Amino acid sequence: MSKALLPPIGMLAELTHRCPLQCPYCSNPLELLKANLELDTRTWLHLFSQAADLGVLQVHLSGGEPTLRRDLEQLIAGLSARGVYTNLITAGVGIAEGRIEAFAEAGLDHLQLSFQGARPATTDRIGNHWGSHEKKLETARRARAAGLSLTINAPVHRHNIEEVPEFIDLALSLGAERLEIANVQYAGWALANRSLLMPDRAAVDRQADIVAAAQEQLAGIMTIDFVTPDYFAIYPKPCMGGWARDAFMVAPDGTVLPCHAAQTIPSLRFERFGDRSLAEIWTDSPAFNAFRGTEWMREPCRSCERREVDWGGCRCQALAIVGDAAATDPACIKSTAHTRMAALVDETRRSKTAGDDAFIYRRIGRDFDGSYNPRR
Amino acid sequence: MTAPRERAIVSLRSAPSLPRHVRIQYDPVRLAFAVLAPEKVFWPNDISLDILRRCDGQSTVERIIADLAADYDADPQDVADDVIAFLQEWSDKLLVKL
Ligand code: SF4
Ligand code: SF4
Repeated sequence: MSKALLPPIGMLAELTHRCPLQCPYCSNPLELLKANLELDTRTWLHLFSQAADLGVLQVHLSGGEPTLRRDLEQLIAGLSARGVYTNLITAGVGIAEGRIEAFAEAGLDHLQLSFQGARPATTDRIGNHWGSHEKKLETARRARAAGLSLTINAPVHRHNIEEVPEFIDLALSLGAERLEIANVQYAGWALANRSLLMPDRAAVDRQADIVAAAQEQLAGIMTIDFVTPDYFAIYPKPCMGGWARDAFMVAPDGTVLPCHAAQTIPSLRFERFGDRSLAEIWTDSPAFNAFRGTEWMREPCRSCERREVDWGGCRCQALAIVGDAAATDPACIKSTAHTRMAALVDETRRSKTAGDDAFIYRRIGRDFDGSYNPRR
Repeated sequence: MTAPRERAIVSLRSAPSLPRHVRIQYDPVRLAFAVLAPEKVFWPNDISLDILRRCDGQSTVERIIADLAADYDADPQDVADDVIAFLQEWSDKLLVKL
């Protein structure tokens, strides 16, 4: 490595893989962990305390559905005692009476609530959970009443991309400070369902115009963050801000990972918290060092002026599409595989007639052999 | 599009505060003050930090300007321009409440 190793700023804690919803784009791995493999309260608290020592300033409490952990209040309180900023990422379904208030009391800094659709029918169908939209509205109201700030998160794909203006209205009507329009990233379950989720180019262009106009119009009223879709891009995103650069994530069983999909890279071995300390894993783990910085890069990244802007993009996307985790992210126009991204968009357009029921809904213990047919 | 809320504009009488989702935190690892917000961490310079620290919901913008001009021994008009521009920008990003 060419530069001194910096401490991590952010951490995504996937407290559980359990979830009442079954979104077909879920970023969790296809092989979901059952409850008996989850770290216990003490271990999470211990991990959080090491994370704070290491320099982590923000923890995103996620899942699955993190509120299914009965000790969530305790975990928030533990982080808050160390001054760590806590962001709860929830689907907002089935949260028991009084708990949101308890989260706020424990020191929760911010709540991010996902909506699968802006219309009840869309939300219920995408999450495969009848009545979930209504419950989410109620969660938003309770969060506001508890004094919490709110981000509405809208994962966007072919089946709800036309609802973007309605998402904006919905977030405004719920009093959200922030709306995240996040085009689905094709990893995890989203990759398995890619051909059913990929929007077409015209819809993506319309969406970009709508969002840009709303961002301008709503300055000082609501912040809109826009996660653009990779398959329509010229340059890749700096995945996680760069591999093992300023953030990492922890799976429910304590496996420490550079990103969501890192486990799809078969050449890497990941370590578990408990076997080694967080500091040791962050500094020494071969998997963390594999793609850290710029030393690992080949051309065209190696001599590219953007190499410290996007860090060569997403390793998992390189693996999924190019078949080589050390290749340039195919989202980049300089990648020899860039045209394959466009080809995949066009291919999915042709298979547009498939019905919604063809979704592979996310499910624990689903008999899924891990191989997928992108054309279905 | 319905816009039930309105964009706030800084005036000398506004009493800015930090909203619930924005927090100033000393970082003992990097030996610096960080401003923590959803999905964002800012590393403000000394002057920005001095402005944000005074956003207590009590002090008016006028007062903040006078205090800073005294502390930095600077021309109040210059300070006023900087403070107002800074607060408007942060308010537009929903990071300061006016
Ligand atoms: S994306 Fe959907 S299924 Fe996956 S954790 Fe979030 S709410 Fe649950
Ligand atoms: S060549 Fe590599 S570093 Fe340059 S823009 Fe593309 S992905 Fe980024």
